Amino acid sequence: MEILNLPFMQHAIIAGILSSIACGIMGSLVVVNRSVFLAGGIAHAAYGGVGLAFFLALPPLPCIIGFSTFMAFLIGALTLRKRQRLDAMIGVLWALGMAIGIILTDLTPGYNVDLMSFLFGSILTVPRSDLIVMFLVDAFVIVTVIYFYKEFLAISHDFEFSKVRGVKVAPLHLLFLVLVALCVVITIRVVGLILIMALFSIAPYISERYSCSLFDMMIKSIILNLFFVFLGLYLSYRFDLTSGATIILVASIFFFLVFGFEACLSFFKGSRFYGGLSDG
Amino acid sequence: MDKRTVIELNHVEFSFNKAPVLMDVNVKILEGDFVAIIGPNGGGKTTLVKLILGLLKPTRGHVFLLGERPEKTSFRTGYMPQYATGEKGFPITVLEVVLLGRLGLTKKGPFFSNADIKKAKEVLGLVGMDGLFKKKVGDLSGGQLQRVLLARALVSDPEILFLDEPMASIDVGGQERLFDLLGRLNERMTIVFVTHDVGLLSKYVKSVICVNQRVYFHNAPEITKDMSRLLMAESCPMELVAHGFPHRVLGKH
Ligand SMILES: Nc1ncnc2c1ncn2[C@@H]1O[C@H](COP(=O)(O)OP(=O)(O)OP(=O)(O)O)[C@@H](O)[C@H]1O
Ligand SMILES: [Mg+2]
Repeated sequence: MEILNLPFMQHAIIAGILSSIACGIMGSLVVVNRSVFLAGGIAHAAYGGVGLAFFLALPPLPCIIGFSTFMAFLIGALTLRKRQRLDAMIGVLWALGMAIGIILTDLTPGYNVDLMSFLFGSILTVPRSDLIVMFLVDAFVIVTVIYFYKEFLAISHDFEFSKVRGVKVAPLHLLFLVLVALCVVITIRVVGLILIMALFSIAPYISERYSCSLFDMMIKSIILNLFFVFLGLYLSYRFDLTSGATIILVASIFFFLVFGFEACLSFFKGSRFYGGLSDG
Repeated sequence: MDKRTVIELNHVEFSFNKAPVLMDVNVKILEGDFVAIIGPNGGGKTTLVKLILGLLKPTRGHVFLLGERPEKTSFRTGYMPQYATGEKGFPITVLEVVLLGRLGLTKKGPFFSNADIKKAKEVLGLVGMDGLFKKKVGDLSGGQLQRVLLARALVSDPEILFLDEPMASIDVGGQERLFDLLGRLNERMTIVFVTHDVGLLSKYVKSVICVNQRVYFHNAPEITKDMSRLLMAESCPMELVAHGFPHRVLGKH
């Protein structure tokens, strides 16, 4: 347990808690809105912001915030107009953002960014300054979602009906996308964008099946995310593996265990029903 | 006897990607009316309701709801859509769905007031859904879901109630009770009702709108000659015609 006294481990734990909370909340909204692909687009397009920051020799975080917020607005404009082949367009932005990022780092002289560290993050090397930014953005995400909880629930459940009720659907939809972008921005350096997608989708997907309200789902997703992150972190330390990938592996194994368990359960129920019939 | 106009459409035209759906619609509905909208599948009934609620923008012409642009006043109405859009697995309870019908009237912030909750439980009782407050909406039967959607439309004490085929999967006994409920509600709100089963309605209906690309309004619960011509290709709802001789059309303002 003396490992917990090491500052880099303490930072990793705080970063893990902060990303679990942000991704549990926003991931639940993303999943009930069927927008995982859309969130993936924003997350990956954010890589363009990374490239831009290095190319212009600017501090990365503001640059990524600017770039991915811009992407969020672009995707928001596309989704509000309800264009056909929306998924294909998001695919284009997704690829374009990443390509821009890579080309820009290519063009940056004498600087070789480690692509892997942005894809899978490096939770064991989180500087204190990042933690502060993460904390602030986490607080912003939590307060915003709580304040607009009813409205977010309404537009997620029935978009047209909330429009009739006078809910300002367009600004709220954009706000939702910007919150997704903020989540991505803050967690990208820490856990990497692949892990963001895992925290966004796996825990909410599992919790949705066992929740009777959106709030319930958010809380369960946060708890599951914390479990994945800390078990993954421990295993990666214990067996000297890449932390981000280990966390995803833990989450995915859990995901398949749940489905295996459910399949067994329904099989069991089915056979009991069958037995009940022959009894009668 | 001067009743206020609650719905007005002037020369409204609507097309989806250049294919005309509704042409030159002129309708004026007064407070306290009980309107049945009838017409064949694809005739444009749902489209007409959505135009009135501001969910669709007319390609031409103007829509006034409660005297103003629909976007400004739609929250004073209650709307029950033809189809539930929420997905089956959505984590939301019956009570929560109904509470969302209070949006626009309730306070800001994450919580609903006790008054909202009391009202929601009351209307759920009215539609015969008490005891199911905590049930997940995805686990309801089709008819139960329709009752919940009706409760959601009623919970805001609307000035106008829009119902798009509300009885489609309600059992016979339930239909009768719900019609009685609507008849009572009509004493304090205007009701606009899309239906195929006009026979059941004739007791309460005060006027009829017939929609098949063109729109006819008739200020009595009967099908006019022009309406039956409009409906010609379709099976004409004979029950209503049986009321008397076809009347002249009033709808051209
Ligand atoms: N989103 C859409 N895009 C393109 N065309 C549409 C769309 N929605 C409806 N339409 C067309 O508009 C016409 C009217 O549709 P509408 O849904 O208003 O009919 P309806 O009278 O409500 O029919 P039903 O009795 O089946 O409910 C139809 O021809 C339909 O094909
Ligand atoms: Mg319809």
